[in-house]
Amino acid sequence: MEHIRTPKVENVRMIDRLTRRKSSVGTLYLSSTHTIFVENSEARKETWVLHSLIYNVERLPTNSSGSPLIIRCKNFHVYRLLIPQEKDCLDVLASLTRLSRPERYGELFCFSFNPNLDKELREKAWGFINLKAEFSRMGIPCNLWHVTAANHEYRLCDTYPSELFVPKSASPAVIVGSAKFRSRGRLPVLSYFHRDTSASICRSSQPLTGFSARSSDDEQMLQAIMKSNPVSEFMYVVDTRPKLNAMANRAAGKGYENEDHYTNIKLQFIGIENIHVMRNSQQKLIDVGELAAPSMSDFLWGLENSGWLKHIKAVLDAGVFIAKAVAEDGVSVLVHCSDGWDRTAQACSVASVLLDPYYRTIKGLMVLIEKDWVSFGHKFSHRYAHLDGDPKEVSPVMDQFLECVWQLMQQFPCAFEFNERFLIQLHTHIYSCQNGNFIGNCQKERRDLRLQERTHSLWPHLWENRAEYTNPLYRTDHSQTQGVLKPLTTAYCFKFWKGMYGRAEKSVASHQSPADCLNAVREESQQLEEELSSHQERLVQLKERKISGERKKTNKLSERVQRPIPTESELSSPLDYFTAPRSEKNTPSFTLPLQLAAPHKNGDPDDLSTCSDFESGVADLSSYSSSGGDDTKDPDSDEVVKANA
Amino acid sequence: MEFAELIKTPRVDGVVLHRPFMPTVEGTLCLTGHHLILSSRQDTTEELWLLHANIDSTEKRFVGSLGTIIVKCKDLRVIQLDIPGMEECLNIASSIEALSTLDSVSLMYPFFYRPLFEVIEDGWQSFVPEESFKDLESMTDEWRLSEVNKDFSLCPSYPSLLTVPKDIDDESLCKAASFRHGGRFPVLSYYHKKNAMVMMRAAQPLTGTNGRRCKEDEKLINATLCAGKRGYIIDTRTIAVAQQAKARGGGFEQEANYPQWRRIHKAIERSNVLQDSLIKLVEACNDQSHSMDRWLSKLEASNWQSNVKEILTTACLAAQCIDREGASVLVHGTEGTDSTLQVTSLAQIILDPACRTIRGFEALIEREWLQAGHPFQQRCAQSAYSNGKPRSEAPVFLLFLDCVWQILRQFPCSFQFNENLLIMLFEHAYASQFGTFLGNCVAERGKLQLSQKTVSLWSWVNRPQELERFLNPLYEPNNLVIWPSVAPQSLLLWEGVFLRWNRSTKCLDEAYQEMVHIIEYNKELQNKVNSLRRQLAQLETEDKMVADLK
Repeated sequence: MEHIRTPKVENVRMIDRLTRRKSSVGTLYLSSTHTIFVENSEARKETWVLHSLIYNVERLPTNSSGSPLIIRCKNFHVYRLLIPQEKDCLDVLASLTRLSRPERYGELFCFSFNPNLDKELREKAWGFINLKAEFSRMGIPCNLWHVTAANHEYRLCDTYPSELFVPKSASPAVIVGSAKFRSRGRLPVLSYFHRDTSASICRSSQPLTGFSARSSDDEQMLQAIMKSNPVSEFMYVVDTRPKLNAMANRAAGKGYENEDHYTNIKLQFIGIENIHVMRNSQQKLIDVGELAAPSMSDFLWGLENSGWLKHIKAVLDAGVFIAKAVAEDGVSVLVHCSDGWDRTAQACSVASVLLDPYYRTIKGLMVLIEKDWVSFGHKFSHRYAHLDGDPKEVSPVMDQFLECVWQLMQQFPCAFEFNERFLIQLHTHIYSCQNGNFIGNCQKERRDLRLQERTHSLWPHLWENRAEYTNPLYRTDHSQTQGVLKPLTTAYCFKFWKGMYGRAEKSVASHQSPADCLNAVREESQQLEEELSSHQERLVQLKERKISGERKKTNKLSERVQRPIPTESELSSPLDYFTAPRSEKNTPSFTLPLQLAAPHKNGDPDDLSTCSDFESGVADLSSYSSSGGDDTKDPDSDEVVKANA
Repeated sequence: MEFAELIKTPRVDGVVLHRPFMPTVEGTLCLTGHHLILSSRQDTTEELWLLHANIDSTEKRFVGSLGTIIVKCKDLRVIQLDIPGMEECLNIASSIEALSTLDSVSLMYPFFYRPLFEVIEDGWQSFVPEESFKDLESMTDEWRLSEVNKDFSLCPSYPSLLTVPKDIDDESLCKAASFRHGGRFPVLSYYHKKNAMVMMRAAQPLTGTNGRRCKEDEKLINATLCAGKRGYIIDTRTIAVAQQAKARGGGFEQEANYPQWRRIHKAIERSNVLQDSLIKLVEACNDQSHSMDRWLSKLEASNWQSNVKEILTTACLAAQCIDREGASVLVHGTEGTDSTLQVTSLAQIILDPACRTIRGFEALIEREWLQAGHPFQQRCAQSAYSNGKPRSEAPVFLLFLDCVWQILRQFPCSFQFNENLLIMLFEHAYASQFGTFLGNCVAERGKLQLSQKTVSLWSWVNRPQELERFLNPLYEPNNLVIWPSVAPQSLLLWEGVFLRWNRSTKCLDEAYQEMVHIIEYNKELQNKVNSLRRQLAQLETEDKMVADLK
């Protein structure tokens, strides 16, 4: 509370960048967790912005109409406000800047978030995902793999889970020795076991080789992993870094496995760039999404220049390589990068999604995230800037994993139980700090914070709402649902994820998704099935009664079910297609998507077209000179695109 | 038969066919007058039947005595034939070359094709101007059908019947025609029932450098304005290009002479530029070794997506003027046979729900492309693999189809047809057994006697068995004007055409089938429930009657 300098500002204008005249006036309220904008209009529409989702707040120079403030969120929503008084604007800016950057864990939203669950339910919720059960689903422990107590109380490696699965043949001494030879003690342990081939995916951090060091324990550890796959004669060590980066690490006493020292390993570099490159790349991608009125060239050039899709391809290629080794060649793989908590998590989890249909279900993806990311010490609080800290630790590692899954969904539309919305929801929650799941940087830290006692788990909440996240095309018995996915990773297969990065502007929101229509149809089918069986029952009853001659009060037939197909009218409105005007005051405007029900100004009952507000629907034509011939300047292609601004 | 002398080797055994993402097929290669056929003589593998007219270019190379012919098709597919024997290979290659570049239209396959199906509805009679005029008459009496171009002498590229304002007599039309490029004076393209606004199209006015004017032309287009209302002239060219046209006798409407009209210039590329764009795009799509950077930069350099965006934006602008501004619109570029038609036909798809039905879309293509004189024969003579110097080839129609696909993708429930119809039209515009897309205008088609000597594409498409393939299961008719987004991230590469042969579509096809399945199951349930409801209602009435009697 002490950070809120002003709890309420009136006459604030919320601006849609594309539709200046569609902006709405209202009151801005600041609470300790949210900023709330309430429109003055009769509908009293509310916009809630969670403080922990705020990425940054930018104040533009005050102009005659007030002080503009831009709030950018970590889930790529952007809010533009115009605050009448500069002082208020500065207060809001200062408040939000502080509120969006908590300094201690105790300030995080999850500790105040209260969904009104009783204690028992909350505890049960934390047990919703059980990793032991997940390993036993894979068939672990078995005669080759078992759980080791070596990391009890995190004494071997404080960023690993306390329960680790290792080859039975690896002695405690080998385990300890191997941990000593690995960066931060992150020794090779089991991540995924592929029952069909007995090949496994193991993960670790880089070995501390320097230019020549070796460890017989670590060598034995890898040997034990290879031997745990009885049929194969070698194993892959996938170093997900570019080879140059791996070599550079040797100077710091780290590095990569020397093939001569380890028996029967094949080293493979994949070349996923480090977190700093990824952070910059995503920033460039976001900038592309924020371009005022990009031409097609601006957009494609920006996309190329960001390098983002190139990085997504690298991560997916890593997954494809590992999945192929495990499923087709039956060869075990050890995956590492530097610390083994970013690129390693990406590569292992992408490979798992490709290999195992279970991870393509709603519950399965939760389990996978819990296993490869949460339990193995992906540094959520650092990467997603939960606390005010070192900006160099921030990086969209998980964003890239979710995007890889999305890219796969484009190629295999029937293979995933969940839809795009689920991925976007996950993305938001990784940043939001609403639940305890993603707080902290490793299991030990979460235990010390007593998160299970003090916060709520996200998973059961998502599970309860799974109807919203279901892909209508998914069927458990479909061929795409079974077996290993073999995606094409040619450059042209990768798309810009509009649902994620195209969200800054409402006006370019997708009009209508076939998936939503199909979900509506499926819902209707379900109702029809119910109605069908109730009618059948009733029919039997009536026929019986006819025979017995008995009479009962008749029930009115149920009303016909209406399919709630989302109409396109709700989502579409004319954009501006005019050539670009030259001065600011002529900026053409766009309409916001409006409800069909909104009354038309003209009140023309036949007018079923999509926009209810004619004034704002189109550009101001009076600003266009008809004397195009006298113009010295060309409305050439560059200008034309500005029309969409 | 005259083709016999062009076929040097009619048949070769042991030929191996390679197609990307498909198993290789070994079999016998046969050349007929119009087809290249590869048959494995096994029931399990499919045969290849390729129209010679579909072949865009060929390349041959030899390794020892094994020859290889790469056949690049107008539908963008690339296949490879391995032919044992150097002489056979050379003979086949030169035969294909000769057969795929026949000069005479009357030697084309449609003149030889005999349908294996019974023609129930003759497509040549399906969309006659008189019929669409009847529809217009039911809405307004401001227009008349003029026979001024009966013998095609006034405007060779126009049809014989034209819809013009009622108050303008044929004499004025003749004068207006002499003032417009190619005689293409302003005619009605679309009547917007909702607010009685119209869209007209024409060719550029022949103002020349000294600013010629034509009172009849001015009167003609002014006749379409309501009292006190202004109209919009959408020139599809930039002002600079329009200015340059003056030097060659063309030009644009001077505001002094058209005070009631406001002119807007857009920047749709000329057809020769579009051809280059297509070639670059297809080249980029066909190279699977491209890194991400290279792919994106080649996609950008092709400019294809920019062209899509520009055309769609202009069409939206025309629609906006009509529907939102309540103004009449005149669209033209230079000749009025390319970009003009793209704009007028797309605007109708945005404005008029009828154009989003299969029948309505066919009528639109017939009206705004075939009868309006888009030179299909010239534009579609070669496709993306043409290596010669382009003459008048240009993917004008393909760009239109691409734009329709973009709208369809954004409004998946608003169209009665699906992507397959668009792809089919693309294929048939370039090579077909049907006569529909032969010739460059109505006059030429008449001379070729296409309606007597060939079968119409519509005769085939509109058979219930064929239509099935083109129906969109998600279609829910609505009466809305649909405003597509033209932001770059909303416009995608049309994979169904450009990546069609460069990936396996199995998973996407399965998804489509699944969608069909979900919807069919729903319909089935509805029928069952409805029939049960009826039974129940009946039983309950009987029940009640019995009770009342008691």
